[in-house]
Amino acid sequence: MSMIEFTNVEKYYGNFHALKNINLKIDEGETVVLIGPSGSGKSTLIRTVNGLEEIQEGQLLVNGFDLHDPKTDMNRIRKNVGMVFQHFNLYDNKSTLENIMLAPRLVLKRDEAENKKIAMELLEKVGLADKAANMPSELSGGQKQRVAIARSLAMKPKALLFDEPTSALDPEMIGDVLDVMRDIAKDSSMTMLVVTHEMSFAKAVADRVIFMADGEILEDSTTKAFFDNPKEARAKKFLSQVEHH
Amino acid sequence: MALLQDNFPTFLQGFGYTLLSSLIALVGSMILGTGFAIMQIMPQKWVRKLGNIYVQIFRNIPLLVITFFFFLVVSKYVKMSGFTSGTIALMLYTSAFIAETVRAGILSIEGGQMEGARANGLTFGQAMQHIILPQAFRVALPSLGNQFINLVKNSSILAFVGGLDLMYQGNMIAANTFETFGTYMIVGVMYLIITLPLSYYIQHLERKLKQA
Repeated sequence: MSMIEFTNVEKYYGNFHALKNINLKIDEGETVVLIGPSGSGKSTLIRTVNGLEEIQEGQLLVNGFDLHDPKTDMNRIRKNVGMVFQHFNLYDNKSTLENIMLAPRLVLKRDEAENKKIAMELLEKVGLADKAANMPSELSGGQKQRVAIARSLAMKPKALLFDEPTSALDPEMIGDVLDVMRDIAKDSSMTMLVVTHEMSFAKAVADRVIFMADGEILEDSTTKAFFDNPKEARAKKFLSQVEHH
Repeated sequence: MALLQDNFPTFLQGFGYTLLSSLIALVGSMILGTGFAIMQIMPQKWVRKLGNIYVQIFRNIPLLVITFFFFLVVSKYVKMSGFTSGTIALMLYTSAFIAETVRAGILSIEGGQMEGARANGLTFGQAMQHIILPQAFRVALPSLGNQFINLVKNSSILAFVGGLDLMYQGNMIAANTFETFGTYMIVGVMYLIITLPLSYYIQHLERKLKQA
């Protein structure tokens, strides 16, 4: 069953045509990496999936709900679709543990003892159990991002969106975050859509690679096919640029 | 001293009404001001516009005009005393400034936190209540303190509409005793009795929140 399905989706910012005729199907449990030069619409596309950006035309089904239908309750979709941001977006006035526990408490009404147990397990999983009481300002970028991932997982989502999760990190921090993401991808029921410039991560983890440029999807191939033999000239050029640095 | 002794009940009554009016207006303007601050950053354009119109009207008309409007115009249709009309005017006037102060506080909180909260499944209201407003109030506290002190002093507007407040009673006593200097000295000191502890409390709160 498809988790995310774009059908002829168009997105405009004023006169700027940000997404052009997007058709894309992502099945439940798939890990899909979205790459492309900056300004190609990758972030816009991923942000439409949980309604942070509206679409103007076409149909976008997420977990069976139509996002273009004004009657759709966006909060119900977001319960099932987590998102990890480039700049973490942690709650600065809450401790690490509270960052993770807040949404399950308010949105899912999860029992407090169970909520705490799950939050601690998740902190353990991302290797930060000893930081439970710390405030976000006391964490490094990589640690913040791992807390943000734990926060998303606490909602037990069906799908996770990652919008350049390692782009704001120092190089030595990237590995830890990617390790956590690799771990999540192993879970066969989790659908992951990842915008990234980490080609080694894409090669190792993705089932499929989508290549975008100028608001269009130019290539949609299996990971091996994409890296061994990209079909599009722009994809070839992009790969040669990112791989040589 | 004799002046204070002779007129003590009158001074005290004025002091009480000033305190009461200030308290009501403070609580009311905080609630209204926060509400209109949030309205001005809502996603819906017409709600933002509405909030902005309210703020512009009450921020840019003199408090005295608003007070007379309630005392002379509105009271024709809804019966109200000078105290009530003055207090309502004070509340609405101050709420416009508090709305701007709180709005500035909200804007100083990085937008990513709202987005993070929404993506995490929280509603706009939940995100405001648990994430954005606590941080916004902390940032806005020094200027909110200013607004509160201004509010207490501005409550002297009640004297113009027979609001029985400290300034009103002071005027009465001065007119009866002709001891203008002594009377207004006492009135000034009594205002200080309200405003000084208030400003020290705000400073204390600032220090406490800085440590937290």
